[in-house]
Amino acid sequence: MSPTVRVKTLTIDGQAVGAREDQTIMQVARENNIFVPALCAIEGLTPVGACRLCIVEVKGVNKLLPACATRIEEGMEVTTNSERVANYRRTILEMLFSEGNHICSVCVSNGHCELQTLAKKLGMTHVRVPYRSTMRRVDASHERFIADPNRCILCTRCVRVCDEIEGAHTWDVMGRGINSRIITDLSQPWGDSDSCTSCGKCVNVCPTGALFEKGKAVSEMSKRQEFLPYLTLMREGKK
Amino acid sequence: MSTPKVRVATIWLDGCSGCHMSLLDMDERLIELADKIDVVYTPLMDVKQFPKDVDVTLVEGAVNSHEDYERILEVRKNTKILVSLGDCAISANVPSMRNPFGVEVTLKRAYVENVTLNPQIPSKEVPPLMPLARPVHAVVKVDLFVQGCPPSADTIHFVIAELLEGRTPDLSERTRFGA
Repeated sequence: MSPTVRVKTLTIDGQAVGAREDQTIMQVARENNIFVPALCAIEGLTPVGACRLCIVEVKGVNKLLPACATRIEEGMEVTTNSERVANYRRTILEMLFSEGNHICSVCVSNGHCELQTLAKKLGMTHVRVPYRSTMRRVDASHERFIADPNRCILCTRCVRVCDEIEGAHTWDVMGRGINSRIITDLSQPWGDSDSCTSCGKCVNVCPTGALFEKGKAVSEMSKRQEFLPYLTLMREGKK
Repeated sequence: MSTPKVRVATIWLDGCSGCHMSLLDMDERLIELADKIDVVYTPLMDVKQFPKDVDVTLVEGAVNSHEDYERILEVRKNTKILVSLGDCAISANVPSMRNPFGVEVTLKRAYVENVTLNPQIPSKEVPPLMPLARPVHAVVKVDLFVQGCPPSADTIHFVIAELLEGRTPDLSERTRFGA
């Protein structure tokens, strides 16, 4: 640790912890084996606070704060698992399930899906809001991969990994609010993309079955994400 | 005189019958259960009318047709503890995949476009579809949700055994969507 980096102390769920001042609540929690759920945050990419599943309570602050995008402060008292937070998280999950068309039983990522895993872990027994059942077209134009927006939760991991790590910026978000969707290039078919290098990083960071490899049947698509922290370190010239 | 047996029913709405197959997969444990429960209505028996005063009903399938709708209202009226058994009952699962397309397109696809012999949309015998395939809890109150496609025989046995003991089964570690 360089001498210019300061250490701050805080408590998370009553546990006293110390950390570098430039760390986020999520980083510090995870270093101390305290579980904070997340679907958009992933080690190695810039946090965006899109999914809101990592919301935590901070004493003295009325609103809930995203742990992935909130820096620690001296004397902070963080609660990661209150009843209030648990209720919000379940509601967020239910809205994610109702917004897309998530049919776990016939999904390539069944059994390997981060959304499905969190639904179980956070005790989402059913979805209380009506399902939207909107029509979203599958893009199977790429030689090796398929994009199924029915399973997309707009976490933007694909957008960030393509931009920050691969440097291609093939993916982006189009539209606003409920009409937001993930596109390749200027909303052209993925297979026609001039910028895509077919590296597959987007497929592997995708938390659901929205991006997957061709030829995979139900439950066969497991993702490999170990590469990401190493590539990030290499980019920063630390290794 | 022995204590009266618990009255249990099962009903099959729009599902593949996989949940009922999983129920049968309990094998010899079914015989054990038969000492404690009376199965008073199920698609596996020839009973026409859903009985009154049922203690527990396990519901397989989504509410997809008008017939499903009428039946689930009848079931709710006569059931103390209503259990959504499996992903179709809980989320409408595979039957809901027709929802984005609408009823007309779905029927045309099934009965006209993919048919070579006498293609026509049925007007009798087949119950008409509702605008959307819906989860059971979107129509009536549900007391317990048992995820899985289908839930395993062990899970179903655990649910029944816990209910017989008067407890609410904790399924958090036992099953999930798509299990």
